[in-house]
Amino acid sequence: MTDDTKFHHGDAPETAPIVEMKNIEKHFGNIIALAGVSFDVRPGECHCLLGDNGAGKSTFIKTMSGVHKPTKGEIHFEGRPMSFDSPRDAMEAGIATVFQDLAMIPLMSVTRNFFMGREPTKGSGPFKRMDVDRMNQTTMDGMRSMGINLRAPDQAVGTLSGGERQTVAIARAVHFGAKVLILDEPTSALGVRQTSNVLATIDKVRKQGIGVVFISHNVRHALAVGDRFTVLNRGKTLGTAKRGDISPEELQDLMAGGQEMAQLEGSLGGTV
Amino acid sequence: MTDTTPQAVVDERLKSESFGARLMKRPELGAIAGVILVTIFFLITADPAMFTLSGIINFMTPAAQLGILAIGAAMLMIGGEFDLSIGSMVAFSGLFFAAATVTFGMPLIVAIPATFLFSAAVGSLNGFIVIRSGLPSFIVTLAFLFILRGLSLVGLKLATGGSTQLRGVRDAIEGDWLAPIFSGDAFGGMFAWLAERGLVETFNNGAPKVPGLPIEIVWFVIIALLATWVLLRTPAGNWIFAAGGDANAATNSGVPVRRVKISLFMVTACCAALVAIITVMDAGSTDARRGFQKEFEAIIAAVIGGCLLTGGYGSAVGAFFGAIIFGMVVIGLTYTGFDQDWFQVFLGGMLLIAVLFNNAIRKRVTGER
Ligand SMILES: Nc1ncnc2c1ncn2[C@@H]1O[C@H](COP(=O)(O)OP(=O)(O)O)[C@@H](O)[C@H]1O
Ligand SMILES: [Mg+2]
Repeated sequence: MTDDTKFHHGDAPETAPIVEMKNIEKHFGNIIALAGVSFDVRPGECHCLLGDNGAGKSTFIKTMSGVHKPTKGEIHFEGRPMSFDSPRDAMEAGIATVFQDLAMIPLMSVTRNFFMGREPTKGSGPFKRMDVDRMNQTTMDGMRSMGINLRAPDQAVGTLSGGERQTVAIARAVHFGAKVLILDEPTSALGVRQTSNVLATIDKVRKQGIGVVFISHNVRHALAVGDRFTVLNRGKTLGTAKRGDISPEELQDLMAGGQEMAQLEGSLGGTV
Repeated sequence: MTDTTPQAVVDERLKSESFGARLMKRPELGAIAGVILVTIFFLITADPAMFTLSGIINFMTPAAQLGILAIGAAMLMIGGEFDLSIGSMVAFSGLFFAAATVTFGMPLIVAIPATFLFSAAVGSLNGFIVIRSGLPSFIVTLAFLFILRGLSLVGLKLATGGSTQLRGVRDAIEGDWLAPIFSGDAFGGMFAWLAERGLVETFNNGAPKVPGLPIEIVWFVIIALLATWVLLRTPAGNWIFAAGGDANAATNSGVPVRRVKISLFMVTACCAALVAIITVMDAGSTDARRGFQKEFEAIIAAVIGGCLLTGGYGSAVGAFFGAIIFGMVVIGLTYTGFDQDWFQVFLGGMLLIAVLFNNAIRKRVTGER
């Protein structure tokens, strides 16, 4: 495992957070998925959210993107208390999300998926219609900037490979993420080149002053772009560390719950 | 799609798609092929009178009445839901309309909007229950199939003092300026003009055999065009496909899925109301059997038109042609020597073929693996 200096990291900017989540709890019936999680994201930073499977990462970001209403806790958006009633509300506030399941419709074309819910229009009154040319062009450009040359924008998403699909979801979120970009394990199906493209995109977006929330299983990917790291375990935060305050090994241990990983590493005689 | 940016390269992995292959991806292809096949069948077997102007009007009239329902049903199916109460809704809104004009003596300018509002309210109730309960719309609207049919019967008896037929609509709307928009024939002048020049068949006295285009055909075409425009060119259309394709993904992407679905239930109910208004004004009365089993016929036409039962795929143009196939078969058999009851066999067969065909097409479109 290498600490990586590919991207330039300033000190985490001490500006006011765009989104601040305080003591978020989320219960599904008798399942406590989140038991008081606090988290914030500031303009121009990449805040990584790490944790094992089932830790509650996806549930947590869904409370941020309007999918779930938290059972308890407060959400502040740009300093004001805010309660999103739907993903649409969150999007309108400038929060765009790449969900782990991608939220794509296989039967619809790439373009229609790209703009689903936020279609640009032209004309007015009864002649108001989708601006199909512009939609196609933007989709092709967005995909190209992520390193994928789409065959045709009217291709059904169901015919794309897993990685291509994931790239459409990322390109879409980057296009619409005006203030906050949330990525839930966005690189799980990607090859090496597309992964480094995504990491470079995160860096680019962050430089534009957008706050990025990056969920990953991969400590190397997180360390490559992260400014701050928060580890979730069984619905609770184990703490937040700034870049430089924590070593990759410590982070890895925290994520896996410590001891077990050390044991496994010992028995396998190497680095996991 | 052509690209003008310099760095764009033609993807070497993209085989150039023939016109035929592109056509194969359109949901309405099956229905258009069906129309051609059925036409050929009747050209061979039926009396040539079937394909004269009056013969065509003859089968297009029931096709149009069904087609208006089928287009509503198709949009709802694309949006991922069913409405089995369409047929009963025709009877129920027919009763409302007849009672409004006859019993309460409202002019059409009041009665027609009131009928649409009333039907939309019933449709939204359907939708609201489906959305709120999370139950399949199949079962909720099956309940409404019986509820609305029963209410129509009870209501008719109340309105007439025991009869199941409410008469007198024609007298009640006599001379109403709105009547020509919902009843009778359109373009009468044009047909007379064509007759004068011998371009259409005439009776011996010189009057055209077909006095005009039945108004339901005009509505049918307008609604098909409107629905196609909405589905293919407006954000609302994109939301309908998304809501039916995967409601969860659509919601998470910012599509107001509940609003879309409830609106679609209202649209379907309004289609039923339109058919009710047109047919009640045409018949001059309404009865409890109005619209009987139309829900099945409408859904069959939508499926023949390429709609998937699972939602997210289909077209209004397909439903348009699906309804025409329906009309051609029902009326066409009377022009042949076949027993008319073959109609049901024919229909079931068409439905089965359409479903198998749609399934195969869907796999092609999505490249399902
Ligand atoms: N809709 C739901 N209903 C019930 N339990 C849920 C639901 N969503 C998530 N959970 C539970 O919450 C816990 C956290 O899940 P999740 O947030 O997906 O974890 P992660 O993304 O960190 O892998 C899991 O135990 C999961 O089973
Ligand atoms: Mg997850």
